[in-house]
Amino acid sequence: MLEIKNLHAGIDGNEILKGINLTVNKGEIHAIMGPNGSGKSTLAKVLSGHPAYQVTKGEVLYEGKNLLELAPDERAREGIFMAFQYPIEVPGVSNAQFLRLAYNEKRKHLGEEELDPLEFKDLLKERAKVVEMDASFMTRSVNEGFSGGEKKRNEILQMAVLEPKLAVLDETDSGLDIDALRIVAGGVNQLHNANNAVILVTHYQRLLDYIVPQFVHVLANGRIAKEGGKELALELEQKGYDWLKAAPENNGAGAGAN
Amino acid sequence: MVTELQKENSYQQAFRGLQESEFAEGSSRLSQLRQGAMARFVELGFPSVKEEEWKYTNVAAIARADFQPLVSSELVPSSQPELEQCVAVPETSASQLVFVDGALRSDLSALAGLPHQVVAIDLGQAMADERYSDIVRTHLARQADYVVNGFTALNTAFIDHGAFLYIPKGVIVEAPIHLLFIAKSERIANFPRVLVIAGENSTATIIENYVSGPASEYLTNGVVEVVLEEGARLEHYKVQRESVEAFHIATTAVGLGRNSSYDTTTITFGAKLSRHDIVVTMDHEGAECWVDGLYLVTGDQHADTHSVIDHRQPNCTSHQLYKGILDGKSRAVFNGKVFVRHNAQKTDAMQTNKNLLLSNDARVDTKPQLEILADDVKCAHGAAVGQIDEDELFYLETRGIHPDLGRNLLTYGFAEEVIAKIKLDSIRNELDKAVLHRLNARLEA
Repeated sequence: MLEIKNLHAGIDGNEILKGINLTVNKGEIHAIMGPNGSGKSTLAKVLSGHPAYQVTKGEVLYEGKNLLELAPDERAREGIFMAFQYPIEVPGVSNAQFLRLAYNEKRKHLGEEELDPLEFKDLLKERAKVVEMDASFMTRSVNEGFSGGEKKRNEILQMAVLEPKLAVLDETDSGLDIDALRIVAGGVNQLHNANNAVILVTHYQRLLDYIVPQFVHVLANGRIAKEGGKELALELEQKGYDWLKAAPENNGAGAGAN
Repeated sequence: MVTELQKENSYQQAFRGLQESEFAEGSSRLSQLRQGAMARFVELGFPSVKEEEWKYTNVAAIARADFQPLVSSELVPSSQPELEQCVAVPETSASQLVFVDGALRSDLSALAGLPHQVVAIDLGQAMADERYSDIVRTHLARQADYVVNGFTALNTAFIDHGAFLYIPKGVIVEAPIHLLFIAKSERIANFPRVLVIAGENSTATIIENYVSGPASEYLTNGVVEVVLEEGARLEHYKVQRESVEAFHIATTAVGLGRNSSYDTTTITFGAKLSRHDIVVTMDHEGAECWVDGLYLVTGDQHADTHSVIDHRQPNCTSHQLYKGILDGKSRAVFNGKVFVRHNAQKTDAMQTNKNLLLSNDARVDTKPQLEILADDVKCAHGAAVGQIDEDELFYLETRGIHPDLGRNLLTYGFAEEVIAKIKLDSIRNELDKAVLHRLNARLEA
């Protein structure tokens, strides 16, 4: 589904990703871990097409097509979803309005009938159960005045409505208390199936107790420093990230950086 | 400060002609008021851009157009069905005062939905009626002074079939009261005049709604005076959707009584050139007001808002949010003064003006002004002029929304923050539609 080959990317001329290689197949859950400044969030932003980031080298294939040629909205309609670390507030636009517009844009792209407000209301009510959100959230402005946990739940609600093939969750666990974390993770688990894939970007192992990845990739200084199964995350939890910096496959490049 | 009136203009001519007509009948007090105001208008003339308050708004085109003042005797008849084509607000079908070309038409108004204590009659009639003459005399032309502003003077000179709306003490009016102003005749000047008195502890909602009927090029020069007595609560919406060839000049002057609450929202979509002066005077303790607005202009429209919120006594609170959306070559002016007088301790005043420019040729001149003479106050103000927020737009794009559509959605949201205040579904929905129409978007409310 997704093939990242020797990806170099940065912002304002500073290279942050220095040769990432990653393959994600449908049905899989991958965790991208690593210390602050290792490039985790940059990778998520590059995949979503954030205009501030420039790709300087390498390629990203999504379902065999060059993802980097697609505008952010095209990527989304093709089935890529990014849950933001800091979801944006959109004053004056109701959640229901926003979601219906996004949903219908995708339907149109797929050549399907658009849903009218009433039909969509039913769909939204059904999907909102995934993250235990009640109807009052639908008439409120997108994310405005939402608590941190509500914003993250709202991200997963959007995922539930848009049904992406590939979901990239950027630090979705940050700032969540244990109840909110359980709800958010439960939502992702309900939405994950054999035909889609999830990339979890996270600093902590905690989220992985709830959403269990098959693959864990550890980033340090813009490269994948270590890869393994879910047990790698537990190892990181015990040892921290410091030992990676001295790891031989890292060529010492990360020592003291970031 | 004077634009010289070299020869007698159409207003003076018309005024002179009217002295021999039925216009001059009625109470002598009204007649004196008109004479005094006309004399003042002759002195003042129309404002000029040399005056600080009119620096960005050139009304020379109004003077040049020499619109014909129209008064009752010349009114063209209108019919109910005609009105319904103009505007339909089901919530106010039995609480509506209709003005055609500036004059109150009791034959077209419907008042059955109002409590029987509420008085909604012709201003001249109110002055001649001993039950109301005192209260009218106390307040008419007192909130809106005609000494400084030529347009207010002109309106006052032509007071004729204005409206007197009186909500007595303790009366709670559930039905919103709709003041509908329809411009019917071409190339005329009309002078709507309304005096609203909200008695002690009364509660009401009024909607002041300006639409163009068949007419396109005309001048509306209106004055609305509002008095809230102790503990009164008034919600006041003003919706201005005049023809884009029309001129709309209006003053809203409001006096707030002790512990009263005044919440006003002004929506400006129409007119080639509009100027709204809103003056809220808080001359009694404990009053609170919200003075909000939205101007949405495009093409070569020009919208000017001058607001004054005057804290004269302690413990009053004011909130102000004015937003503007400008497209094409349109131009807007926001001049918001907040005065906090020596005596006005414990004032809480908040003022914000935000503008969204959708084109490179649009321009806004914004000047929030805070003048504080008391020392124990909480005041803040700010103004912003900008484009669509890129982070918000990117967020929408990552949900599959094309950037053009995303910009429209964000612009709609920007407007909606003000429109959402309006609690009348039919008017709010209509405004939503008008915004969407302007944005030419595929969004649905």
